[in-house]
Amino acid sequence: MNRLLALGASLAALTAATPALAQDMLITNAKVVIGDGSAPIDGASVLVRGGRVVAAGRNVAAPQGVPSMDAGGRWVTPGLFATITTLGLADVDAVDESNDSRAGGAPFSASLDAAQAINPTSQNILVHRAAGITRAASTTMPSGSIFGGQGAIIDLDGDANPVMQARAFQMVDLSEGGGRIAGGSRAAAHVLFRSALREAQALAGRSGIPGTTEITKGDKVMLGRFDAEALVPVVTGRQKLYVAVERAADIRAALALKAEFPRLDLVLVGVSEGWLVASEIAAAKVPVIANGLNDLPDTFQQLAATQSNVGRMKAAGVTVAINADAAQNPRRLPQTAGNLVALSRVPRASGLSWGEAFAAISSIPAAISGMGGKAGVLAPGALGDVVIWDGDPLEVGSVPTKVYISGVEQDLASHQSRLRDRYKTLDESARPKAFDW
Amino acid sequence: MAYKFTRSAGLALVSAWALAACATTNAQSDSAPAAAADTKARAFAAKGPKDDPFASTYKPFPNVATAIRGATIYDGKGGKIENGVVFMSGGKIVAVGGPDTPIPADIAVFDGTGKFVTPGIIDIHSHLGDYPSPGVDAHSDGNEATSPTTPEVWAEHSVWPQDPGFTRALANGGITALQILPGSANLMGGRSVTLKNVPGRTVQQMKFPGAPYGFKMACGENPKRVYGSRGRMPSTRMGNLAVNRQTWFDAIEYANNDKAKRDLGKETLAGVLRGEILVHNHCYRADEMALVMDMAKEMGYKVTAFHHAVEAYKIGDLLRENDVCSAIWADWYGFKMEAYDGILENAAFLQREGACVVIHSDDANDIQRLNQEAAKAQAAGRRLGINISDAEVIGWITYNAAKAMGIGDLTGSLEKGKMADVVLWNGDPLSVYSRPEKVWVDGALMFDAMNPKTRPVSDFELGQPGEGDVK
Repeated sequence: MNRLLALGASLAALTAATPALAQDMLITNAKVVIGDGSAPIDGASVLVRGGRVVAAGRNVAAPQGVPSMDAGGRWVTPGLFATITTLGLADVDAVDESNDSRAGGAPFSASLDAAQAINPTSQNILVHRAAGITRAASTTMPSGSIFGGQGAIIDLDGDANPVMQARAFQMVDLSEGGGRIAGGSRAAAHVLFRSALREAQALAGRSGIPGTTEITKGDKVMLGRFDAEALVPVVTGRQKLYVAVERAADIRAALALKAEFPRLDLVLVGVSEGWLVASEIAAAKVPVIANGLNDLPDTFQQLAATQSNVGRMKAAGVTVAINADAAQNPRRLPQTAGNLVALSRVPRASGLSWGEAFAAISSIPAAISGMGGKAGVLAPGALGDVVIWDGDPLEVGSVPTKVYISGVEQDLASHQSRLRDRYKTLDESARPKAFDW
Repeated sequence: MAYKFTRSAGLALVSAWALAACATTNAQSDSAPAAAADTKARAFAAKGPKDDPFASTYKPFPNVATAIRGATIYDGKGGKIENGVVFMSGGKIVAVGGPDTPIPADIAVFDGTGKFVTPGIIDIHSHLGDYPSPGVDAHSDGNEATSPTTPEVWAEHSVWPQDPGFTRALANGGITALQILPGSANLMGGRSVTLKNVPGRTVQQMKFPGAPYGFKMACGENPKRVYGSRGRMPSTRMGNLAVNRQTWFDAIEYANNDKAKRDLGKETLAGVLRGEILVHNHCYRADEMALVMDMAKEMGYKVTAFHHAVEAYKIGDLLRENDVCSAIWADWYGFKMEAYDGILENAAFLQREGACVVIHSDDANDIQRLNQEAAKAQAAGRRLGINISDAEVIGWITYNAAKAMGIGDLTGSLEKGKMADVVLWNGDPLSVYSRPEKVWVDGALMFDAMNPKTRPVSDFELGQPGEGDVK
């Protein structure tokens, strides 16, 4: 079904066939969340046809022949959009052989392409789909070099084509961590970054195998010729560059890169001290994927961390999505958003309205990922990703009862739900648990 | 460099001791032998194991008699009172009851209408202070990972009272008491310490008076990985058990021998055997927990709680029969092999079996939201028709934790005569939208969201960006 979701250059190559299983449907009597930052609408409807949203709101006409479903007043939202994740890249984080999210031992960095390694039936994908996440940005992370590689935008429907857009963005770490990788100083990270982008500038417009000299440190390749080539779309502004930074000074240094490389399409990631420089981020019109609830000086680059960071940046006019990578697992995105709503009731704290908080885990991360108007929002023409919840979706304990991706109802089972079913009782009087499946 | 420093200091100490020994020898030559022996014994007598060498110096902070009226009260033991009254005075709970509960006329009264009152939240599993913020190497004091068994170390000797994490746990999580455990690199990690969550210049000022020591043990992947990777035993789960058992047998011999040379590690193990020190055993898998419970029976000690216990739901019956609590997360799963079978229903399934549930954090962030973690676990049960009341769920993060830490008679519930460790929430504590509004420890108001100055700021944060911010 991701064939419908074609973007940019790949659009022409793809057909617009209606997915075989997508069903037209009208969901009525719902508390509908559009996802664009507006407040939920009671007594509203959502119409999906051909895998796309046709209409959502109060005055949706019921077309003939479209099956109707009464939601009984339940919450209905667009699918959540998780960024940044490693969904599909690891089975178990600490089991190295199952984990493709870091390639510290490889002689490649910027050229790594997460799309090649995504496993659409990973349990992590199944678990997160059941939690209402329908699309995600998934990427390898900086490890051997400051460049993490090229992240993919994926759907979570588990079919043979999880990748909606390969090589959607490049990751680079210009924070404390990047400085350590580059040899022990942020200064080294910045030289490596500039060297890499100047190599890419030199390569822009050329074809064939680049002749870039390798940059190495010990037995580690910090930049190889294929990495330099992979940075050509970054330096020419055709691919987004996600820059991991936390402290205010590093944020300013990242924003200043635009003066040197004017075509960079920057996105900031982490940004714990963003509130200290919020007006500068807003003026630069650079969006942020922010850690939602970090409030500890976990490192010297996060001394000013506060849960009010997101609210203060938003108030200053910054476009802010909540970073899935900062939570224990991405399915905690709604909990993080809910906590930001809670802050609006704490004296002197800055939070978000309910609608804003929901947008920070749906339409905003989708738009940052190049899916504006397509994902994370119930707007006409958007993908038919619809979630029906058993309660307020930002409330802890609420879960989806139905998840649709491009109009196709998803199976919500996983290893976890199967364990749950097996251990509903501990009765082994007839046969061992192993026969209970 | 650090290693050399340590060595030099050690050598210096040895020299000083040698000098002292010489002086004694010289003195001896001028005195009668018997008298000298007495003098020597007095001069060098260390305090004994029972002397509590790092005793708590905690004193409750000044408090005023206070009442909260009109709130929904969860008492921590499963009780709920609508439109209730909590009255505290002299650092103790004086009365808890319905709207007619009498309170004196001349005391501070807070209107709790639309708000909720719970006992102070208690985290049974924290590393605050031992792995403080900032998490730099120089602060990494939670694992004495130089031997698979280090029962001789005490977590309190690693606690940095200036960890800003304590203040976040108070202000955002309503945490009033917490157990700081050594890490899980070792099979036997050392003694834990239970703290009152109040700022102190020394750890002794934070130590919970009357709390027993805990003893940290660990199953599974961590010990075998840490030591196996160094070519040492244990490198397998069977190695884990073998090292544990031999260590216990040695400890039993020590405990039976009045004349044994004093041994710090075995002293702790003997304390466990006598039931004075409570075992908190990091263990993920059901099969391993079952083995550990048998080992405990073999040796004659009791496991108080399994921590993390992501597979506890598979053996809820065994855990109930053995009277062992499970201190668990709501939704952590899959980050390591032994966490692969983590499910949201763990707590609810344990409760269904009548086994003891405690929700823990093991995390400087999650300790700020234990109430939300408990709510998640509750909801997972509700979806299966396992209905656990809000009041019982609050018990998972208050009384059950206190009981498993050996302080259940002192705190953890709102009962007459207990410590006035109390949280006033600005809404339902099992909702994501609620936060602590006020937190009292022994009746002293230690956090007040309405008053910026009633917010602790650690030494580390002074003069830093965001000093005194809402956090």
